Amino acid sequence: MTTDVTTPASTGRVLGPVRASLIFVEALWTWYRRNWRATVVSSVVQPVLFLLALGFGLGSQVRPTEATGGLEYVVYLAPALLVATAAQIGAFESTYPVLSSFKWQQTYLAIAATPVSPGQILAGHLTWIGVRLGGSGAVYLLVAAVLGVLTGPGVLVTLLVAVLTGLAVAAPITAYAATIESEGQQFNAIFRFVVMPMTLFAGAFFPIEQLPAWIRPVAWITPVWHGTELGRGVVFGGLEWLPALGHLAFLLALFAAGAALATRNYRRRLSA
Amino acid sequence: MGENGALVHARDLVKQFGDFAAVRGIDVEVRRGEAFGFLGPNGAGKSSTMRMVACVSPRTGGDLRVLGMDPERDGPRIRARLGVVPQQDNLDSELTVRQNLHVYGRFFGLSKAHVRAKATELLDFAQLTDRAEDEVEPLSGGMKRRLTIARSLINDPELLLLDEPTTGLDPQARHLLWDRLFRLKQNGVTLIITTHYMDEAEQLCDRLVVMDGGRIVAEGSPSELIGRYSTREVLELRFPPGEPAPEADLDGLCDRLEVLPDRLLLYTADGEAVLAAAHARGVRPVSSLVRRSTLEDVFLHLTGRTLVD
Repeated sequence: MTTDVTTPASTGRVLGPVRASLIFVEALWTWYRRNWRATVVSSVVQPVLFLLALGFGLGSQVRPTEATGGLEYVVYLAPALLVATAAQIGAFESTYPVLSSFKWQQTYLAIAATPVSPGQILAGHLTWIGVRLGGSGAVYLLVAAVLGVLTGPGVLVTLLVAVLTGLAVAAPITAYAATIESEGQQFNAIFRFVVMPMTLFAGAFFPIEQLPAWIRPVAWITPVWHGTELGRGVVFGGLEWLPALGHLAFLLALFAAGAALATRNYRRRLSA
Repeated sequence: MGENGALVHARDLVKQFGDFAAVRGIDVEVRRGEAFGFLGPNGAGKSSTMRMVACVSPRTGGDLRVLGMDPERDGPRIRARLGVVPQQDNLDSELTVRQNLHVYGRFFGLSKAHVRAKATELLDFAQLTDRAEDEVEPLSGGMKRRLTIARSLINDPELLLLDEPTTGLDPQARHLLWDRLFRLKQNGVTLIITTHYMDEAEQLCDRLVVMDGGRIVAEGSPSELIGRYSTREVLELRFPPGEPAPEADLDGLCDRLEVLPDRLLLYTADGEAVLAAAHARGVRPVSSLVRRSTLEDVFLHLTGRTLVD
């Protein structure tokens, strides 16, 4: 037996929390550089198609009215599509990718064996989604600008609102995805019964005042409604300070609650 | 380090999942530079123990020191100096072989330049240099395993934890892996290995504990354990299926007799002599085999069960 062998000291060291999350983002960026093509359709092509078909196509039949703020329909739609798409991307990035990292590829388990903690993994995951939302939103805005449907640079603030909306959707879904042990059939229900109706009916394509009065409260609790109200308000004006702060507070609160829950669930699953 | 220079020091270590006690109070001491094994069947508590040592699973009770620190308080600091090879490969299958090493090394706070140089060295060690730029997904099981081991070495760990390192690999791939692990040991890396293969434990471990039902049932070097719990040789007798084995006829011929579903095991110092004596008593097996005792026999003796079934 060898008791007096000298092992050279390990080169590993503990990263600070911010740095750890950024290294996680760096790892996903390495992945994204190889695999970005697959995401272009859902992130950029799809919203642009919606803009063309519904904005220009259907929109040509819509007269500018009070409901569209007196704007051409495509102009009215453009910032809301940015927000609604961010919600969809946020939802998707928090379902199968999270489940796979826990269960199929188990890459989270690999990282949990390094000095990086479960909470830092989650922070990295959410930061990455924010980066993804910012990037694909910027590309969408470029296309929209070329199509001439943007009214001014204020839409850059809408981009921030879109990122926040996407994260407000992502955080609670991530928390849920972290608890799933099965093959993720539950995600289809989320897309069908939450994300899709929210995209269609929560104020992105038409004001929720057009909905029957009894169902409007359902729209009020969706991040897409708060996001599109805020996102339109900052480019088209007409939004008072108080409602604007209310929308912002709702999105921040949803994100914070989701992130807190997700932190707990990541810890439970990676350190049991 | 901890108590008397041990890299791992556990006293009355317990792991409980709800009502189920996976580890029921074990004492373990792993010294620097040795290859230490946990041998036992599936469900013996080996992996739960490993996860506690790896600081990814808090202990329910008892005392644990890894590299002289308490996993509860210093988990990240300990993990920074460990290498972990999990039971199931968790490589990023959509990255290349080399990228898997690069990305992983960064989580240990290593610079890009350091990780690049180290990755090249480890690819060579794992004999994966010519697959370096390939995606991981299509690699063979043995290659993925070698990559997982290479990845676990990216931070030059002082203690390497290997959970069932060769399960599911073909014999050639296993021998290649064992060879790599030997080299690590020679370089002074302390190894902790769990396995339910007795040949693996005999090949790799200086010292091991036999676990069963969350407890340690024996401890020592492979040869010590065989000397203590088994005889020098074993005579294996097979009889035609369906025919009752003539246990009574063999009475008094050997030190100990084990009846398995498909054969009898006769424990003795001299297998050939016992075989001749059995023949003289008119016992006619379909086949007979005299072999050396292994850890499998130790396990059978200690628990009354076989390791792999």
